[in-house]
Amino acid sequence: MGRIVAGIGLSHVPSIGPVVDRKRTEEPAWKPLFDAYVPVREWLARLKPDVAIVVYNDHAADFSFDKYPTFALGVAERYAIGDEGFGTRQLPEVPGDFDLSAHLAESLVYEHEFDLTLCQEIAVEHGFLVPMNLCFPHTANGWPVRAIPLQVNVIQHPLPTARRCYRLGEALRAAVETFPKDLNIVVMGTGGMSHQLQGKRFGHMNEKFDQWFLDQLEADPEVLAHISHQKIMEEAGAEAVELIMWLTMRGAVSPRARRIHRHYYAPMTTGMGLITFES
Amino acid sequence: MLRPIPDTSIFDLRLARRGRRLNRLCSALCSPAEREAFKRDEEAFMSRFGLTDAEKELIRKRDFQGLIDAGTNIYYLLKIGSATGNGLYKMGAQMRGETYEQFLATRNIRGAV
Repeated sequence: MGRIVAGIGLSHVPSIGPVVDRKRTEEPAWKPLFDAYVPVREWLARLKPDVAIVVYNDHAADFSFDKYPTFALGVAERYAIGDEGFGTRQLPEVPGDFDLSAHLAESLVYEHEFDLTLCQEIAVEHGFLVPMNLCFPHTANGWPVRAIPLQVNVIQHPLPTARRCYRLGEALRAAVETFPKDLNIVVMGTGGMSHQLQGKRFGHMNEKFDQWFLDQLEADPEVLAHISHQKIMEEAGAEAVELIMWLTMRGAVSPRARRIHRHYYAPMTTGMGLITFES
Repeated sequence: MLRPIPDTSIFDLRLARRGRRLNRLCSALCSPAEREAFKRDEEAFMSRFGLTDAEKELIRKRDFQGLIDAGTNIYYLLKIGSATGNGLYKMGAQMRGETYEQFLATRNIRGAV
């Protein structure tokens, strides 16, 4: 059967992409962030995941407000690299897992009543690729895992509630466990933490809130499942509401999952968090 | 229901509807050919997307907060920013009413750009 072996919550700050591409990861301003992922990659190598389910949001690279889904799941054998308006990064296409995607879609829609938008094509962008760069760096042979994009509307209100995102994670775990093939799966919840990118409050960060969020994620995620968008935005900035995607990750690992890594770095305009759980 | 937050734009359906022309224009900038078309003739490009005169003026003036208030989503705004040589932090400084240097001075580690 399928097994969720790990969950990772992490920020997907877009500037990380070019830093990776231009090999600037050892620069003093960036090194603390990249160093935090060294033990994470060693740990992942021991867990031997086959597939990463990446819960992320598109930033108007491939989805648009003409038709905007609340939850959209990729159901394809591969995913192209998108152009967000700054050019297409030179990265290999990301291999998908169609059989697992189809199983997840059927299980989530029929058994768990999450009426997903199902996408045969998604061009993935920084929300998806930065977490892949940090946790599963590609080589000349491509990416080391297959990956499935799960896109969440966190930019055009009304957004799904934090509780709905958490329940989606729980449903994802149940769906994975009825997959007939043996597969090790990692779920990544991406985005956040505190940041606001517009208005006079541009640049707002709140480390105290971010650390509280990480504490609750470890100790009592049900508390976070009841948090309102209003509270997240007031405390941590309008764009911090991306954090609801971390709840899908937390719901997908077992409630008793052990926290393994935790890191926080807030150099410029975003509290960049990292937390990992082992099922 | 959402309540207003000071100095903050909350992108809801009302804003999305108001900004539909601007956001469609920005969306087109995800294509290299369209970026070239924008840079070659901004006025013609704006007319193609049916922008109102007020909307065109916001782009001409690079009035980023004005564009946000007119319904441009921040992630769409980044595409105009990039096409006009205004990165996120430059736009942010303008929205805060600061120079770029003043804004950088408020950051924890200003080298992480």
